[in-house]
Amino acid sequence: MYATTIRGTSYRFPDLKTLMAKATPLRSGDCLAGIAAMSAAERVAAQMALADLPLSVFLNEALVPYEEDEVTRLILDGHDRNAFAPIASLTVGEFRDWLLSDAVDEDALAALTFGITPEMAAAVSKICRNQDLILIAAKRRVVTKFRNTLGLRGRLSSRIQPNHPTDDARGVLASAIDGLLLGNGDAVIGVNPASDSPEQCYELLSLLDELRETLNIPTQSCVLAHVTTTLQLMERHAPVDLVFQSIGGTQAANSSFGIDLALLRESHEAALALRRGTIGDNVMYFETGQGSALSANAHWNCDQQTLEARAYGVARMFDPLLINTVVGFIGPEYLFDGKQITRAALEDHFCGKLLGLPMGCDVCYTNHAEADQNDMDDLLTLLAVAGVNYVMGVPGADDVMLNYQSTSYHDVLAVRRMLNLAPAPEFAQWLADVGLTDARGELQAPALPASFAPLLERA
Amino acid sequence: MADDRPTPLDKMSMLRSATPARIFLPRAGAALTTRATLDFQLAHAEARDAVEERLDADRLFDELTSRGLTAVRVKSAARDRRSFLLRPDLGRKLDDDSRQHLKALAGDYDLSFVIAEGLSARAIARHAIPVLERALQSLDRTSWKIAPIVLAEQGRVALGDDIGETLGARLVAVFIGERPGLSSPDSMGVYLTFAPRVGRTDAERNCLSNIRPQGLPYADAARKLVYLCHEARRRQLTGVDLKDEADTLPSGELRAIDAKS
Repeated sequence: MYATTIRGTSYRFPDLKTLMAKATPLRSGDCLAGIAAMSAAERVAAQMALADLPLSVFLNEALVPYEEDEVTRLILDGHDRNAFAPIASLTVGEFRDWLLSDAVDEDALAALTFGITPEMAAAVSKICRNQDLILIAAKRRVVTKFRNTLGLRGRLSSRIQPNHPTDDARGVLASAIDGLLLGNGDAVIGVNPASDSPEQCYELLSLLDELRETLNIPTQSCVLAHVTTTLQLMERHAPVDLVFQSIGGTQAANSSFGIDLALLRESHEAALALRRGTIGDNVMYFETGQGSALSANAHWNCDQQTLEARAYGVARMFDPLLINTVVGFIGPEYLFDGKQITRAALEDHFCGKLLGLPMGCDVCYTNHAEADQNDMDDLLTLLAVAGVNYVMGVPGADDVMLNYQSTSYHDVLAVRRMLNLAPAPEFAQWLADVGLTDARGELQAPALPASFAPLLERA
Repeated sequence: MADDRPTPLDKMSMLRSATPARIFLPRAGAALTTRATLDFQLAHAEARDAVEERLDADRLFDELTSRGLTAVRVKSAARDRRSFLLRPDLGRKLDDDSRQHLKALAGDYDLSFVIAEGLSARAIARHAIPVLERALQSLDRTSWKIAPIVLAEQGRVALGDDIGETLGARLVAVFIGERPGLSSPDSMGVYLTFAPRVGRTDAERNCLSNIRPQGLPYADAARKLVYLCHEARRRQLTGVDLKDEADTLPSGELRAIDAKS
């Protein structure tokens, strides 16, 4: 039982997960689940009670039962008491002040990584304003490597997302070339296949690998098929750089995705064994998003933001090259409008970075959400200030296969210019070498480099 | 160095035609040019309007009855657009009056058609009747007892479970407006569920998606739907175990299935 009294009114919260849910800034998914605060005042009362809570409580009271959930076991068994020591005596509120303090720098945050649990990160995020989420996350960079170096300070990378409604090879190629000409694709060239058929995925993998080899691009490719499909394809010696999988924050949510931790371990080991990375061995790519557990009725009456942070607790055990929240994809019944989407994305980025993940974000919305491209412009800029590792590059921001809007190749250019950010160093060098950028790193007037000519033969 | 030979524009434009994606858009500095920006705004405006639009149910009702079809109008428990968007659970169940109304019509039906605007009233206004007519033409009415066509307002896919169960139908086909994409504000989907009852999951349904002239054309959609209806009845199931193999069958064979049933 947790309680607080404000001006004579007492508020009671029967358990930790109720307190966490009620302390969460308003969002439609928690209302849909029936766990949100009943009033604005109750929300702040819960935030005040949460702020007074010792962080150590999260090591003693599990929000999802330890015996029934392997994600809880992964989190609690993996907790590093030594790393936790500097903050062991703090409350959640004091932890926020500690994170913001001038004395806490990048090294302090890096040392803390496995000392905090996802629930601690979620708790402190709930009492942070958006500005705090940006300020604290900007202290922490997480660097990963495969064929290039992602996540360095002063850099912003992008995924080329060349999806096509029927996986047409020429259509995918056309979108990918467009992205490269606009300086995108250093995070990954990654296709969501329209069909999960192994044959189709094999063809797409071969296509992307040929593209990368032909142009000698220091980047990686990925076909975002289910992990079981990718495992099969690795056995058949398909050119798999990265293993992709959507993950959630409870065992039941993962089960709804058709996975468990053992399957992730198996695929991680299989991808490592291929040794395709030239400068590093971060071989996993994860996607997440608030609301996925509730939509699978796998949420244990926990709020969606806490469960999202728990998904990061899963991800960080597999040293991913890339992980992004697909923040606005799920729809307005989970995140209603641009304000809720923006808040959720900043929380996700913050929690991911605190937990040591190379966070990216699919800054996005669907057409039935109360949001538009202006909201995405705002969010993209905020995330870039917060130091997000990468965002999506979708032709014209319009994904013609998944039917939602994200950020465009042009948006990546814009935010790089506004904030003086560069692509990954190896990729920036390649752009200069093939003549796409000038000595200052600015894109040249549109012209097709000679090295691209062989690709057009496929047309 | 940039290639100083002429850009092979012809090949680039061939590549451009290989995808509906917005590729090779011109830029103004680090942003899109005015025209490309406004084109996008227009597409988004159309998609938003499609979401907000309400189905002209009176008109659709008249169009159905003028074709000699028996139709009935119902409402989901979602009172307005906002609660429809925020409370998927309400869009999945009938309101009380509608339930009473349908109970009075309950009978021994092989198939019930439900038409719901879902997230695109425009899709339903344009494509529901053309597909329904074609499907009805190829169903042998001596062996398929069809329930009154149900026109449902503010309905989600699973409302078909409630409707089918209330009517006593063995199979329900829900025609529904799909979530509008930027380049497809009027896509219709059809979901087929065997033995409909409240609580069915999506894994227990078969779906035909992207029905519109630029996507899955009417005749193909109707042909696949009729094929799935026959297979569902023959195998007494729908869902992941019932694959859509209508593509592999010549149309003559489909008629043969029709004649046998």
